[in-house]
Amino acid sequence: MLIRVKELSKSFRKLNVLKSVSVSFEANQCVAIIGPNGSGKTTFIKSVLGMVIPDGGEIIVNEKNIKNNFQYREGIGYMPQIGKYPENTTIGQLFGMIKDIRKQNEIALDEELIEAFHLPELYNKRMRTLSGGTRQKVSAALSFLFNPQIIILDEPTAGLDPLSAEILKDKIQQERKKNKLILITSHIMNDLDELSSHVMFMLDGNLKFFKTMEELKTETGEDRLGKAMAKLMKEQSN
Amino acid sequence: MKLVKYILFDLVRSRFVLFYFLLLLLFTGTFVLLQDDVSKVQLSLLNIIILVIPLVSVIFATIHWYNSSEFIEVLLAQPISRKRIFISEFIALSLAVGGAFLLATGIPLLIFYPDTVSLLLMIGGFFLTIIFIALAFWSAVFTRDKAKGIGLSLVFWLYFSLIYDGLILMIMFNFSDYPIDKIVVALLSLNPVDVTRVMILMKMEMSAMLGYSGAVFTDFIGSNVGMIYSVVLLLIWSIIPFLWALRKFSKKDL
Repeated sequence: MLIRVKELSKSFRKLNVLKSVSVSFEANQCVAIIGPNGSGKTTFIKSVLGMVIPDGGEIIVNEKNIKNNFQYREGIGYMPQIGKYPENTTIGQLFGMIKDIRKQNEIALDEELIEAFHLPELYNKRMRTLSGGTRQKVSAALSFLFNPQIIILDEPTAGLDPLSAEILKDKIQQERKKNKLILITSHIMNDLDELSSHVMFMLDGNLKFFKTMEELKTETGEDRLGKAMAKLMKEQSN
Repeated sequence: MKLVKYILFDLVRSRFVLFYFLLLLLFTGTFVLLQDDVSKVQLSLLNIIILVIPLVSVIFATIHWYNSSEFIEVLLAQPISRKRIFISEFIALSLAVGGAFLLATGIPLLIFYPDTVSLLLMIGGFFLTIIFIALAFWSAVFTRDKAKGIGLSLVFWLYFSLIYDGLILMIMFNFSDYPIDKIVVALLSLNPVDVTRVMILMKMEMSAMLGYSGAVFTDFIGSNVGMIYSVVLLLIWSIIPFLWALRKFSKKDL
């Protein structure tokens, strides 16, 4: 089991963002994390990354409790929803710096996305001059760079043009075949339909269900994720 | 220590550190060249050190922390501990701001007046720099709002540079009929700016400038023991706010 989350809870002031969420992920899964805005998806992801400190519960990544630990992040690639980078550094400097700081000689770098997005041509551009889409490309390329076993993508295709989105989706599928775990949050059901093997549905900080795609589709009798989710949400509100 | 290198590189590239260096060089140069009395030069510099250095350090460090938030966010997704990020930021900033001070003030002063007081001015100035950088980091970690963070930093500066002395004076004035010497010494020890001031004035033998609290301090402790006591206090003062801010940063949700 790659990630095991046990009774994770978190509140910001009085707002309960996560209410005792328990779930486990294994290798060779591609999990779509679905839920309305503010349902706790990003907080869940950030807790796994150690950016948000949970109030209760525990998170085990690769058999290690992540509390007071940072080494485990070697095995995680993260693509944030909004990639923020030092404004005055160039793309080239940013990649150079992160490679230099991590310096994992044994691990072969995965620069496929850097090439596929033609980023080397932009190496001299400063981060502040970049469009939202180009920033997304930089974030995506960074998250795959160190060949991590777990890849977490927060709204990966939101700002990308159709061509780049296809490139990224191909990459995700290709990586999953290498026995990796991929977590994706998105509101674009078509993308998730293509990519994911499992669906994790969150509502108001609760984990509503965690099922395989087939289970979900047979239960609802729909053959598309979008329709299936719509049907489920309707049932929830009734 | 690679992180320190990158942060330092970024800091040196920003024109602010250069500007600060030139400003201090201008002050020191003017004092050294225009006055021929050693103690007058050192006294003028002392005033700069206890007012300007805390102010610049605290404001610059606060702004720097907010401007680095993106950089810190990138680093946090990497296998790097928060502690390492925090310490690297602290070291880089201390080297840049403290280094600018030591170079701009230290070189002219030690060339023209190489004595104990000059050395103490350097030590005191450097300590004040790192103490106020640590306080600035605490403010910046405390609130996400840049304006509030800078405001909080300014409050620290105002409190230690101006308000605190007023409070001591008020206590001394109101309780002058009681034996309050020990209390005054204790109160003085709780303010790094006062400790620096008294430490240097003690060595300059400028008892007139010490003020009542300083005089009590010297009288009570004696100038040699007082020196060691002051340095120890400044050391403690540089460690506590630093640890305080580090603890806050380690528990923060980002």
